[in-house]
Amino acid sequence: MTAVNEPLDGQAAPASRRSHDGFGGDALITPRTIGFGPITRRVGEVHPPAYTPGYKTSVLRSPQKALISNPPTLSEITGPVFGADELGERDNDMILNFATDGLPIGERLIVHGYVRDEFGNPVPGALVEAWQANAGGRYRHKTDQYLAPIDPNFGGCGRMITDANGYYMFRTIKPGPYPWKNRVNEWRPAHIHFSISGDAWAQRLITQMYFEGDPLIDRCPIVKTIPTREQVQSLIAREDAANFVSMDARTYRFDITLRGRAATFFEDHIPGARR
Amino acid sequence: MTPGFDFAPVHFAPAAEYNVPRRLTETPSQTGGPYVHIGLAPRQAGFDIFDNNFGNVLTTDETRGERITVSGRVFDGTGAVLRDVLLEIWQANADGKYSHPADGQDKQLDRTFRGWGRTSADFETGVYTFETIKPGAVPGNGGVQAPHILVMLFARGINLGLHTRIYFGDEQQANAADPILNGIEWVGRRHTLVAERSERDGQVHYTFDIRIQDTPDGGEETVFFDV
Repeated sequence: MTAVNEPLDGQAAPASRRSHDGFGGDALITPRTIGFGPITRRVGEVHPPAYTPGYKTSVLRSPQKALISNPPTLSEITGPVFGADELGERDNDMILNFATDGLPIGERLIVHGYVRDEFGNPVPGALVEAWQANAGGRYRHKTDQYLAPIDPNFGGCGRMITDANGYYMFRTIKPGPYPWKNRVNEWRPAHIHFSISGDAWAQRLITQMYFEGDPLIDRCPIVKTIPTREQVQSLIAREDAANFVSMDARTYRFDITLRGRAATFFEDHIPGARR
Repeated sequence: MTPGFDFAPVHFAPAAEYNVPRRLTETPSQTGGPYVHIGLAPRQAGFDIFDNNFGNVLTTDETRGERITVSGRVFDGTGAVLRDVLLEIWQANADGKYSHPADGQDKQLDRTFRGWGRTSADFETGVYTFETIKPGAVPGNGGVQAPHILVMLFARGINLGLHTRIYFGDEQQANAADPILNGIEWVGRRHTLVAERSERDGQVHYTFDIRIQDTPDGGEETVFFDV
């Protein structure tokens, strides 16, 4: 387990990359049954509906017909396998992975947590990708024209593979709120986008993480697409004061739950899955 | 409600009384937003940050199978092209085996083929492209699934990634027996999942356009799945 109470030096690979090769080649995965049960059905009420007129773009980009429910086949219970060796040393360190002539400006943060399935089993080997605006709310993207400036030392994307315990962590700068065209004075709360590729295609998920205590959360029409208060709460990262790094960075904890299946461990090494 | 009918709610004991373990709730989805490329396709966003980028070419020189290009566009309900959409595909190899330990079929694994790719639509034209191989047939739901590629779409305005499938226009016999296509009650909608084959400069090409809603020019909404 990565010790988050020690600052990353940007040199040593964090434990989250060392301990897992995707196929149980390292100590922490205990080979178990090869029982790839079906993925649990998605509970529709958990998620935003497709058509959410308060979020205007969804109006013309939501299917009007019902989704066709399709019992999962081999196609959906399998999914791409990623190897930790495909990622670079600093891919999960947004403070350093785009720094050229200095450090990025803003609040230094560590974000960490566990990726589990609905049965509480860890999801090792998951590809977790994150992207965000800089401290001023400006994205490094061709089409972002917000007048807040680009930070020359901040890229705004990172990625990692969960370890045998489903643990991930990255280091970053706290993103600023961001104005956008929906109603005329709409502002996104500070947020970090997350993409998770779990063990199965049916688990694929993209979401957003918010920060505890942000008053913009309750006003945001994108947050409000989520049907229940309880589910909104599950997207709010908690301040993890016990894991603050003295004189360096504050820490937020954000756990992610993917759809479940009977067993997520495997014992056969399939080299072809790694390129 | 029928007048005079007193609808009495049924009360169930809480799960704890039955000692049922609590299942966690899946993390809710949110839109990928307009800048999804920063995280998932940073070069497309306009900067270079990773040594190893995931992309839209699924093959190497050694990959077995018939080389194909799949391309198309994604349309909204006015018939306008989505220029900010991100697509991912997942497919079996030429023998119909997935490069994943859950696939226990006695078929040859292709070690040069992960079966997964990601791309974004071109910001100008809205065209997406994948270079891959034509997948073999895989079993499913009591039958044999026709060759197919799974697709997911993420974009601004899409709250939960949309699942669909690409089938191949020159596989009519296999498509007619496909359990998933046959599971679509509305026979007239099945064609929205079938890509049209053509040859361009000697290369096999499949065109697969996706319509999130019916379009004014008569285009029909693509079938999307709750997988």
